[in-house]
Amino acid sequence: MRGVLRGGRLSRLVPSRPVPPEPAAPGEVLAEAEDLRVRLAGRLILDGVGVHVRAGEVLALVGPNGAGKSTLLGALSADLTPAEGTVRIHGRPTTAWSAPELALRRSVLPQSASLSFPFPVEDVVRMGRAPWAGTEREDEDDAVVAEAMARTEVTAFAGRPFSALSGGERARVALARVLAQQAPLVLLDEPTAALDLRHQELVLRLCRERAAAGDAVVVVLHDLGLAAAYAHRVAVLRGGRVAADGPPSEVFSDALLSEVYDQPVEVLAHPRTGEVLVTPRRVP
Amino acid sequence: MTVLDKPARPAAPAQGTPPRGRRGTAWLLTAALAAGLLVLVPVAAGTGAYPIPVGDVLGSLLNRAGLGGTALDRVAESVLWNVRFPRIVLALLVGASLGCAGALMQGVFGNPLAEPGVIGVSSGAAVGAVAAIAFGFGFLGAWTVPVFAFASGLVTVLVVYVMARAGGRTEVVTLILTGIALNAFAGALIGLFLFFADTAAVNQITFWQLGSLAQATWPKVLGVLPCAVIGLGLAPLYARRLDLLALGERPARHLGVDVERLRVVLILVIALLTAAAVSVAGVIGFVGLVVPHLLRMMAGPGHRFLIPGSALLGALVLLGADLAARTVAEPAELPLGVLTALVGSPFFFWLLRRTRRRQGGWA
Repeated sequence: MRGVLRGGRLSRLVPSRPVPPEPAAPGEVLAEAEDLRVRLAGRLILDGVGVHVRAGEVLALVGPNGAGKSTLLGALSADLTPAEGTVRIHGRPTTAWSAPELALRRSVLPQSASLSFPFPVEDVVRMGRAPWAGTEREDEDDAVVAEAMARTEVTAFAGRPFSALSGGERARVALARVLAQQAPLVLLDEPTAALDLRHQELVLRLCRERAAAGDAVVVVLHDLGLAAAYAHRVAVLRGGRVAADGPPSEVFSDALLSEVYDQPVEVLAHPRTGEVLVTPRRVP
Repeated sequence: MTVLDKPARPAAPAQGTPPRGRRGTAWLLTAALAAGLLVLVPVAAGTGAYPIPVGDVLGSLLNRAGLGGTALDRVAESVLWNVRFPRIVLALLVGASLGCAGALMQGVFGNPLAEPGVIGVSSGAAVGAVAAIAFGFGFLGAWTVPVFAFASGLVTVLVVYVMARAGGRTEVVTLILTGIALNAFAGALIGLFLFFADTAAVNQITFWQLGSLAQATWPKVLGVLPCAVIGLGLAPLYARRLDLLALGERPARHLGVDVERLRVVLILVIALLTAAAVSVAGVIGFVGLVVPHLLRMMAGPGHRFLIPGSALLGALVLLGADLAARTVAEPAELPLGVLTALVGSPFFFWLLRRTRRRQGGWA
């Protein structure tokens, strides 16, 4: 049937299969933004941003509300067309990829997960496998879906409808769907917002594991402690520009964070482990 | 880390996979619907003012198919093949089109209350059909009314889509209000055409508007066949992409769906199906609303079953409704559209209340 459709005039209805990407070498740039300017509703949200996202690395985007973190993530995921500058994914401008090709190269976790119809949790996670339909790796679907659910601890309610879940459970199901997509570039917009302490740690451990397996992970975070503990590199955004970019131990300083957040902040080392801790300075 | 690593290692056995009850239900329902149609078609063919035993109906069918059986006497053959069968085929086509259009529309709008009748697309298609009848257009033969219905139906779906969407989603209130506005406008246009039409055309339109299959003939069947067959054939190809669309437009795009193209193609398909149904049978409401809903409650929201299933159940429901319409008040005939609205409206009420409760109010 598919062969007939491809050969005939209907071929445009069944596009040819996109080719999956080659595994990335460690350190390879999987996404980059150059001199990026993005306007939303007439307002300049990003004003000359440049970032590189490398394979094997967790990059955290931090900054105050309205700094442009989500917009930058949207540009990196090819949702937004920049007014100026370019965004490249796997070395090619985002506009040069088709939607199915992009789906094999980057996965995106949106800030809030919604669903129009009450699909059961397992079906939602399985939707992440859609880009692989018709490829050899389609056979792995069951195993990948089961593992993604196990890793995000949603297996227990795999049969329940998505609409019956709590906010935190939904967030984990959405993450499981993103993991099941197995794209080398993983973009997560505030994955920890709705989660309890234990699951926040779980999600960021998963990010590190994806990076260790050779993927590039970009994660928007509000919790600077989490960013300091789990990110290889942090990009601090302020007013649509990158205020600082580097390893958290170098970037996070009292002066920079206090200035960026317009709130006195103290950065100190954990007395026992030496980890970077970030805490607001409170007036007693 | 096992299979989530790349390159992939041998797959670990799936653990904790939930029972596949839903898929079993889908197969069972498909079989039940097919069986229902196989039973109801000969029964409907045999029932009426001139009763024909079901055995004779089957015999005549086999005879025409060249598989044995026996031809009936001249009158019975004529009743069966010139009156009953065209009507049955038409009921099946119209029902399948309405059911399928409802399922598609709910998927495209991501909204369980979308339905060609409710949001005004049927009325929009009716405007074209009425214009064609009122002004006596006939330059496209049996296809004139369907083509006009398709054109005005298409314009209406586009208008609904543009007007009822804001920020990538369709809110229930906006959708229903848009439907009210469109229904009013379409009603006004139809009234205007009626005003200019001559008496014969007015009678024809009035009867047609109530929704009826009474004037079924083979040429009419041929008239809607292209629209219905193309629509019903294309719809299942988009089932998986419609599932993904339930996540929202952006997530669907992230999973490789070309959302813009999907939308355009599906709106065309919806217009085709609605035109097929409306051009022969007038506005038959609520089939497209009730049918996908029942199936979703029984077999889950997956479109791979929902789309063909809605076509099957739509066909079954409309055949049953038409059988009831022509036998309940014998020798008179109830208008089919009136019957489906009588049964469908209370369901719509219930659905509205349930949706409202789930969302915690409209505003």
